[in-house]
Amino acid sequence: MRREIPLAITVFVGFLLIISVFFPPVETLGEDFSLSFDIIAVFAFFLGGGNLIRIHLKKLARRETDWMFSIVTLGGFILMLTAGLLKIGNPGDIATSVNTEGMLFESIYRSVFVPLGATMYALLAFFVASASYRAFRAKNREATILLVAAFIILMGSTPLGAMATSWMPESLSIFEIPNLAVWIMSYANLAGQRAIIIGIGLGVVSMSLRLILGVERSYLGKEG
Amino acid sequence: MDHFGIWLAAFLTLGIYSFLYRDNAWYKLSESIFIGISAGYWVVILFWDNFYAKFWLQRQDDPMLWVGAALGFLMLLRLIPKIGWIARWPLAFIDGATAGLWGMNFLASNIMVQTKATIMPLMGPAFSGSIGDLLSNLVLVGGTFCGLIYFFFSKEHKGAFGNAARVGIWTIMITFGAMFGYTVMSRMSLLIGRIDFLFRDWLGLLK
Repeated sequence: MRREIPLAITVFVGFLLIISVFFPPVETLGEDFSLSFDIIAVFAFFLGGGNLIRIHLKKLARRETDWMFSIVTLGGFILMLTAGLLKIGNPGDIATSVNTEGMLFESIYRSVFVPLGATMYALLAFFVASASYRAFRAKNREATILLVAAFIILMGSTPLGAMATSWMPESLSIFEIPNLAVWIMSYANLAGQRAIIIGIGLGVVSMSLRLILGVERSYLGKEG
Repeated sequence: MDHFGIWLAAFLTLGIYSFLYRDNAWYKLSESIFIGISAGYWVVILFWDNFYAKFWLQRQDDPMLWVGAALGFLMLLRLIPKIGWIARWPLAFIDGATAGLWGMNFLASNIMVQTKATIMPLMGPAFSGSIGDLLSNLVLVGGTFCGLIYFFFSKEHKGAFGNAARVGIWTIMITFGAMFGYTVMSRMSLLIGRIDFLFRDWLGLLK
């Protein structure tokens, strides 16, 4: 029963949605189900929050390494939750957006969330640079192609790239680095992108069929 | 941003950058704050935008959304080990609906539309007679086709098939190179943004 019911739900819902594409009376089902997803996603995030609390409380109780930072994580989570769900500092009524200026939630978002998020991603610039120093060696033909394409794209986005090839005559303008970068993005890169996109599409379709036909059952986990 | 907000943002920004020296308490503090704050942020945003705005305010009388809410509630039972298995029901619903919706959507958009968009410039209304455009479009069609061949692993990559697969991997390498170049550029622009914040907003050295 613990595996049969979920399997039946998957098969039923999957078939229903495929039928809804061809059967006008139920064609809005897809939109309704998408909205249901949004509602389930809220609970999934609450579950994620619950897990976060559980993991860090466990870490605190066992006094594991760096346990004091768990207090900071929990503090930040609870502060954001309280500020957002209670709409502390709300200048309007309950329908006012949590991102309205003056709310504690919005202030924390602006002073903490945005700078931290941007810095975390910006930090990757250094790691990308050091990784490329190690990985970017023209060891074989494939690596050389990758290296050259990345170099042209990088140079094409900077004034240096335009300056370096600006002396070229009009008839060879396609070989100017900015133009070459545009051509790579519009054709060679697009070809690879499309191969990947079509490949993903084929993979999704076959996996969907496996799920709907009940062949793929790994999402049900182990027995029990 | 007020004065305190700017100092706080600068303190946290430098805390994250301190990792470039080595892992340290300042970095861990900033990282822990980020984890807690971002988890809380997304829970709050989804609650107000999805649950309150889309469901509670607009479609409270829609039984389908009540089913969604009930399934969402069942998902929380995962936190109770004894009856945690019930949480498979909403998961099964999501899997089934995703397979039904995405299976059809991907068939239409990722496969049919992309294939059509690749071939049409060679023979459809978008056809251009110029040699340059024709060659470029041939590169597009050939690259896409060879790239797909590379992904086909049911046949050994030998002979003509292997040659096509080799052209495919070259095409994909160009794509990875372009993606890498763009990723570097976007990270660099974020870095410039953070440096600009530190020197302009915090220290006031730039006007």
